[in-house]
Amino acid sequence: MQIRIRGRSFMAFVVLPEAPLVPWLTALRGQIAKAPGFFNARPVIVDFAHLSPGTEGVATLLTDIEALGITVIDVENIGDIPCAAPFRRHLLGGRPTGVVEIKPTVRPAPEAAGGGADASAGASMPPEPAQSTPGLIVEDHVRSGQSVLFPKGDVTVLGSVSSGAEILAGGSIHIYGALRGRALAGAQGFARARIFCRKLEAELVSIDGFYMTAEDMDPEMRGAAVQISLESGRITIAQQR
Amino acid sequence: MAKVVVVTSGKGGVGKTTSTAAIGAALAQTGAKVVVVDFDVGLRNLDLVMGAERRVVFDLINVIQGDAKLHQALIRDKRLENLSILPASQTRDKDALTSDGVAKVIADLREKFDWVLCDSPAGIERGPAMAMHHADIAIVVTNPEVSSVRDSDRIIGLLDSKTERAQRGERVEKHLLLTRYDPVRAARGDMLKVEDVLDILSIPLLGIIPESQEVLKASNVGIPVTLNNPDTAPARAYQDAVRRLLGEKIDIVIPQERRSFVDRLFGRRVA
Repeated sequence: MQIRIRGRSFMAFVVLPEAPLVPWLTALRGQIAKAPGFFNARPVIVDFAHLSPGTEGVATLLTDIEALGITVIDVENIGDIPCAAPFRRHLLGGRPTGVVEIKPTVRPAPEAAGGGADASAGASMPPEPAQSTPGLIVEDHVRSGQSVLFPKGDVTVLGSVSSGAEILAGGSIHIYGALRGRALAGAQGFARARIFCRKLEAELVSIDGFYMTAEDMDPEMRGAAVQISLESGRITIAQQR
Repeated sequence: MAKVVVVTSGKGGVGKTTSTAAIGAALAQTGAKVVVVDFDVGLRNLDLVMGAERRVVFDLINVIQGDAKLHQALIRDKRLENLSILPASQTRDKDALTSDGVAKVIADLREKFDWVLCDSPAGIERGPAMAMHHADIAIVVTNPEVSSVRDSDRIIGLLDSKTERAQRGERVEKHLLLTRYDPVRAARGDMLKVEDVLDILSIPLLGIIPESQEVLKASNVGIPVTLNNPDTAPARAYQDAVRRLLGEKIDIVIPQERRSFVDRLFGRRVA
């Protein structure tokens, strides 16, 4: 039995409470009222940098914050302040991003989606990097031993991808020549990514971590212009007209 | 303006050294001043194929390290006075090839010669990287079989990214030399076809050298095949390749061995 593991990154918010804590909590409650859903299903880290062990209400701060419907996953700069063990997780690998602004929403909070909650459904999403990611265009052939890594979006190759070469894209992969090497689309967990090529002679294709090697490909499809997609967890190759 | 040509392949045993010697000699026969440089430090062979092994005193590494002057290390060919060889060292290793040292030697050779042919070692490490670094033109030697083709493809990628020209944003002019080609086996499907190789590598074809006993015979006597017996099929194929390298437009044909009347009468195969 093989255990499949995939990476996924979420943006966590770091909140910095300031003394006195009673008005700060009131202000936070006010913000949530203006932008309901802002903290919905979002991991939050509480930074104690502006607080000291003597600050009034510091002992109950984390439970007070959780009572507002916020999911606290870790604490920072806690120092000597007493803190319940479940909140101290010492998470690794955090990378700072910019200041997040809470935007008031007009629409009511989206209902808690049942099952696989799609985070993007929230109308009051924090500003994710808003600029569109233009695809990467490779003008030439991708030769054996070369790899093109573009986790942000689509990759278009105007030439061929040689045996022993590799394309890894966060989005779809478009190859105007022959695909003889490996193509890994949707590498960041994007199941709707596709792979297109003029001539399929691939060693391996993969979408969202599901893969198919040359051996498992339909011999009829070899040499054909194809479109490769993921249909309910199976790599599917279809001839293009 | 001197041209620096690297003869390279990635894979070993495909015919780089034989081709360097044959092309070097054929170029020299046109009257140009030619030097062939062996970059295979530690596994030198070009001196043997050129028949110069008994006259090696100094080598490329001696010149790079300042133990000898360039003119002391250059060996003039006995048959063609405008053809020289710069041998590799058999006792040192490839780390002795310093970037600055190689750059200096190539710059000096450019002043003395019209053509500088660098015989690259196999692989993709320091030796091949040094051999290709200063090249204006690359001759990619490939056998019609999949592993050789894939290795050549890898080398083409390096030519496009790691050479001095690539780093200046220019391109190395690349040519494919298909060696050890056997038309009978290719027709039977035992070998990759010419079109398949060209389709995969997509660089222009400089020539097709047929598989032949003549190549082995020539290297055993230490004479480049183009000088040893200029009428044989591989010699003619190399001569055509050189004319194409010089810019002539000649149709690609696969030269065949000339069979005697008796052979034909009995339908003997030359294979």
